[in-house]
Amino acid sequence: MGILDSKVPAGPLAEKWTNHKNNIDLVNPANKRNIDIIVVGTGLAGGSAAATLAELGYNVKTFCYQDSPRRAHSIAAQGGINAAKNYQGDGDSNYRLFYDTVKGGDYRSREANVYRLAEVSANIIDQCVAQGVPFAREYGGLLDNRSFGGVLVSRTFYAKGQTGQQLLLGAYSAMNRQINRGKIKSFTRHEMMDLVKVDGKARGIIARNLVTGEIERHSAHAVVLATGGYGNVFFLSTNAMGSNVMAAWRAHRKGAFFANPCYTQIHPTCIPVSGEHQSKLTLMSESLRNDGRIWVPKRLEDAKAIREGKMTPLQLKEEDRDYYLERRYPAFGNLVPRDVASRAAKERCDAGFGVNKTGEAVYLDFASAIERYGKEKALIAGLNNADKNTITTLGKAVVEAKYGNLFQMYEKIVDENPYETPMMIYPAVHYTMGGLWVDYNLQTTIAGCYAAGEANFSDHGANRLGASALMQGLADGYFVLPYTIGNYLSKDIRTGPIPTDSAEFDEAEKEVRDRLSKLMSGSGLHSVDYYHKKLGKIMWNKCGMSRNAEHLQEAIDEISALRADFWENVKIPGSIEGINQELEKAGRVADFLELGELFAKDALTRNESCGGHFREEYQTPEGEALRDDKNFKFVSAWEYKGAPKDAVLHKEELIYENIELKTRSYK
Amino acid sequence: MSALIKSSLARKMVMALSGLFLVFFLGQHFVINITSVIAPDTFNSWSHFMGHNPLVQFLLQPILIAGVVIHFVMGFTLELQNRAARGVKYVSYKGSANASWVSRNMLISGGVILAFIALHFYDFWLPEITHKYIESHPEDPTRYYAETVHKFEPIWRTVLYIIAFVLLALHLLHGFASSFQTMGINNKYSSAIQTFTKIYAIVIPFGFALIAIYHHLNPITH
Amino acid sequence: MKLSLKVWRQKDAKSKGAMVDYSLEGVEGDMSFLEMLDVLNEQLIDNGEEPVVFDHDCREGICGSCSLQINGEPHGPDRLVTTCQLHMRKFNDGDTIVIEPFRAKSFPVLKDLIVDRSAFDRIQQAGGYISVNTSGNTVDANATPIDKHAADEAMDAATCIGCGACVAACKNASAMLFTSAKVSQYALLPQGQVEATQRVQSMVRQMDLEGFGNCTNTGACEIECPKGISLENIARMNREYFSANLKG
Ligand SMILES: Cc1cc2nc3c(=O)[nH]c(=O)nc-3n(C[C@H](O)[C@H](O)[C@H](O)COP(=O)(O)OP(=O)(O)OC[C@H]3O[C@@H](n4cnc5c(N)ncnc54)[C@H](O)[C@@H]3O)c2cc1C
Ligand code: HEM
Ligand code: SF4
Ligand code: FES
Repeated sequence: MGILDSKVPAGPLAEKWTNHKNNIDLVNPANKRNIDIIVVGTGLAGGSAAATLAELGYNVKTFCYQDSPRRAHSIAAQGGINAAKNYQGDGDSNYRLFYDTVKGGDYRSREANVYRLAEVSANIIDQCVAQGVPFAREYGGLLDNRSFGGVLVSRTFYAKGQTGQQLLLGAYSAMNRQINRGKIKSFTRHEMMDLVKVDGKARGIIARNLVTGEIERHSAHAVVLATGGYGNVFFLSTNAMGSNVMAAWRAHRKGAFFANPCYTQIHPTCIPVSGEHQSKLTLMSESLRNDGRIWVPKRLEDAKAIREGKMTPLQLKEEDRDYYLERRYPAFGNLVPRDVASRAAKERCDAGFGVNKTGEAVYLDFASAIERYGKEKALIAGLNNADKNTITTLGKAVVEAKYGNLFQMYEKIVDENPYETPMMIYPAVHYTMGGLWVDYNLQTTIAGCYAAGEANFSDHGANRLGASALMQGLADGYFVLPYTIGNYLSKDIRTGPIPTDSAEFDEAEKEVRDRLSKLMSGSGLHSVDYYHKKLGKIMWNKCGMSRNAEHLQEAIDEISALRADFWENVKIPGSIEGINQELEKAGRVADFLELGELFAKDALTRNESCGGHFREEYQTPEGEALRDDKNFKFVSAWEYKGAPKDAVLHKEELIYENIELKTRSYK
Repeated sequence: MSALIKSSLARKMVMALSGLFLVFFLGQHFVINITSVIAPDTFNSWSHFMGHNPLVQFLLQPILIAGVVIHFVMGFTLELQNRAARGVKYVSYKGSANASWVSRNMLISGGVILAFIALHFYDFWLPEITHKYIESHPEDPTRYYAETVHKFEPIWRTVLYIIAFVLLALHLLHGFASSFQTMGINNKYSSAIQTFTKIYAIVIPFGFALIAIYHHLNPITH
Repeated sequence: MKLSLKVWRQKDAKSKGAMVDYSLEGVEGDMSFLEMLDVLNEQLIDNGEEPVVFDHDCREGICGSCSLQINGEPHGPDRLVTTCQLHMRKFNDGDTIVIEPFRAKSFPVLKDLIVDRSAFDRIQQAGGYISVNTSGNTVDANATPIDKHAADEAMDAATCIGCGACVAACKNASAMLFTSAKVSQYALLPQGQVEATQRVQSMVRQMDLEGFGNCTNTGACEIECPKGISLENIARMNREYFSANLKG
């Protein structure tokens, strides 16, 4: 078993969680009042955990870098949240959700965790509805569902195109109730700069007040990290500008193992990059693939003409278009999982068929959906010989009702009308399956340090299915962590408040101060963004949608050189006091520069293709991912040993007792 | 209860109710005044009734005065709070981009109306009170028509009245409909309410102005 | 395109600020307003000056962080967009753009264009929630059917992103649209009924305590709101408030 003990309870899969809950130690209500917990991050995972822990009676302190807990990046999730409710009666069950998630993750996740996720998923919906989350409903007043890529049932609950927002506001309202009761103290515009360990246990954090610049000490009996994903290591991603790896990375440096850093999800339907000044990418919900057809021109010369503006997509006849997903994957067509769709787009663009100025875009076309819906509506209205115009008008109305807000968003950004001319899309970095290694209790390899939500590696293996991140965040926060953490804290009822004037806090604070002054003392050659963009380019070109050993090795060398240059020459105006956004960015980029290298190293070590990790050397003759279950059916958990190149790999073997490993096929 | 009185919503409600009360009074006032153009005798007798009925004199009249006072005192108070709520002023503030002039300048229109009410009291109410209670003249139930028409002989007074009526119209264009929103009425009837209040806001002040003009142009010569 | 910018610069909450003029070249129509400011900041950093700070995070119109008053309007001249979604193609070569922080006594400036909107959080904390514990055995989500129309209306109210543009636009710096959106979301749903009386009273009390101005129904908030939150919510809150007080 090595040092990695996943602590998965014994017993049959479906009973593990119940048995475990029955057997863990509890803290009695009177004692909970004497126990403090720090929750860093107020997204779905952190917000829900903080609210529930406070409800249980613990004293909670929350931290977020935004000016309000409600602005955590979970707010941006559009499409929906999965739950095995089987309200549609289409044969859904906990087992099926479990199975789909493991398969979608290309058999690289831990069975017991995923099953528990499926098991509590239904509770999430009940809880959110009770909180007043306004999910979409049918005319009969019951909850509505939609379907998402990679599965064959309708189990996704949604609130218009703003599901993440509504769920987060639900968690935020639960937090507010506890803030009002005095059980949560919320620290906003605060950034966690380091984790403090006392006697090997996580006992607090050092945070920087982003308004005054003060360095503060906060102690607690346990620390929960729910600080989101690290997609911004690519500079351009669909993540919020401030999303970062700092909190997780600081914990990693203090002894928390980092799992599967190379598992990144690249989402197929994002608005393509428009120019050098672009600061972030915008996602177009996966739901669009229900009706949109993806294509590029069949002939290179047509693609070239379109790129040069000599031709428009509308001039291209049906037989001159290549609907490549429908061609390659007749069974799932445009609804293949994200990793498959993304790679296919890249393959076409690399082959020269891209359709925008930079050659990095494919079409997502609603013309046939408009025609299909138009005809249907015309028939219903009794118009048997409707002309083309009428059909188009009717069809557009249907498409507008379904995707109006997305179409409007597209038009605002691109300045083209997607009802008239096909949308252009291209894959973009979206989600990171990797993260802090945690056991079944969500505890990292540091005692008392827990990780929840996107910040941990736990449930999605090598690829996440749509609408499953929200589910995981809320499952962790509402239903898992508040109970499993009690087991640990039950040993702390007599500890008393943790003092912040210990040598350990002194030292941690000093480290933070030294690091900040070192950042401020760069020679002043280049701005932080300069380095971040450079890092992003390396990551995208060499550790992106497809990877090979040669490129990965280059990436490792280049990132390491860039990091040295950064510490030497970065330019940060202003001072450590007060608001200094350049300094905030610099701290985050500094950690990305370490993570990026570990990322490449992890990808280089994993000599197989699985899910979002595609190694060109390991593919089938048709260009599909080639997994190597014999040698790589494990979680890579990296231990910090100074520079990323010295990180030590620990393996958690994955055991499949309830699912048979198969090659994923969407043909 | 005290919390209620201190709340911004309750104060708004006071504005709305006093405003609506004044709107109602205005309508009633108009109906009486228009008779001075079409039926001077009716005008005399109604005016006599209003001037001598104890219920009107000692109950409704004080309520009306209180209504006016509450309305403008509250209006000024709210306005002061509102100005303070901005703190530092914008260098560039484009109010016209998102709200009508009238809605943004209720204090100006209200202030002009207040000045007008002062003039109006000086013109009619003061002489009336002096006539009735200080100098205690014997009552002549036919004096009202002539007194009224006389007032509009000078052009300056007529013009001042017309200006005030224009601002009254503006005040009501926003205020009348606004009071429904304040009272929580915003539903499928709202567009009908909007239309009605807009018509009222224009027709009534316009009617008052016409009465003033009519009397100015038709002085009593005998 | 070439632009002249007039930007509010203020060192910290205690200092007095002032408008500072900048000129900027190479702005493209495809850039968002914040990307334009990124370019300005790169230029300032190159010249050894402190960059202009402003709040932002998601840059896709949902987190509610971005908050600039642009040429006298919150989130600029375009409708139904936040500043981060405003594109430079809405401006012309040679334009002068005035950029200020949202102004309200309850939103004190912290630095340059960053304001403190924690007053909004406190209004929510006063009662913007339904008191239900996370127990894992709440009633089934479909146990109470909810009229689709009511659910949709609640959703429309719930889309408020808490940006504060309503306060910034309002000549009275009133927070009625924001507060009423939350009150309405719960007022429209059966789950919200139990605590309705207390909720509206507490939230209004907090709103007043924060020092926001009084609503005079000018409607500026609704026009400038990036999420199209409707004035109907304000009327609904007025109703809720008075019926709550009648009930005592
Ligand atoms: C555009 C987009 C659309 C998506 N759509 C969907 C969808 O439809 N369905 C789905 O299931 N998933 C979706 N996802 C994924 C999902 O939204 C995220 O994975 C999930 O919300 C992450 O939640 P979280 O609580 O783990 O972290 P986050 O919501 O990212 O929260 C992180 C928190 O940590 C805080 N924080 C970070 N670093 C620090 C620090 N150093 N100090 C203090 N605080 C810190 C932040 O302030 C924040 O409060 C989408 C993601 C994106 C980007
Ligand atoms: C005495 C001088 C007056 C002053 C100083 C004054 C001032 C104001 C002010 C500042 C407002 C608040 C703006 C608003 O809420 O929209 C207001 C509203 C209003 N006023 Fe006046 N006003 C005066 C006279 C009148 C008169 C004579 C009438 C009616 C004939 C009237 C009818 C209204 C109405 C209906 C409202 C709307 C209340 C609401 O919005 O809920 N006012 N007034
Ligand atoms: S009501 Fe509109 S303008 Fe006001 S905070 Fe909410 S989204 Fe912003
Ligand atoms: S940055 Fe999130 S709404 Fe503008």
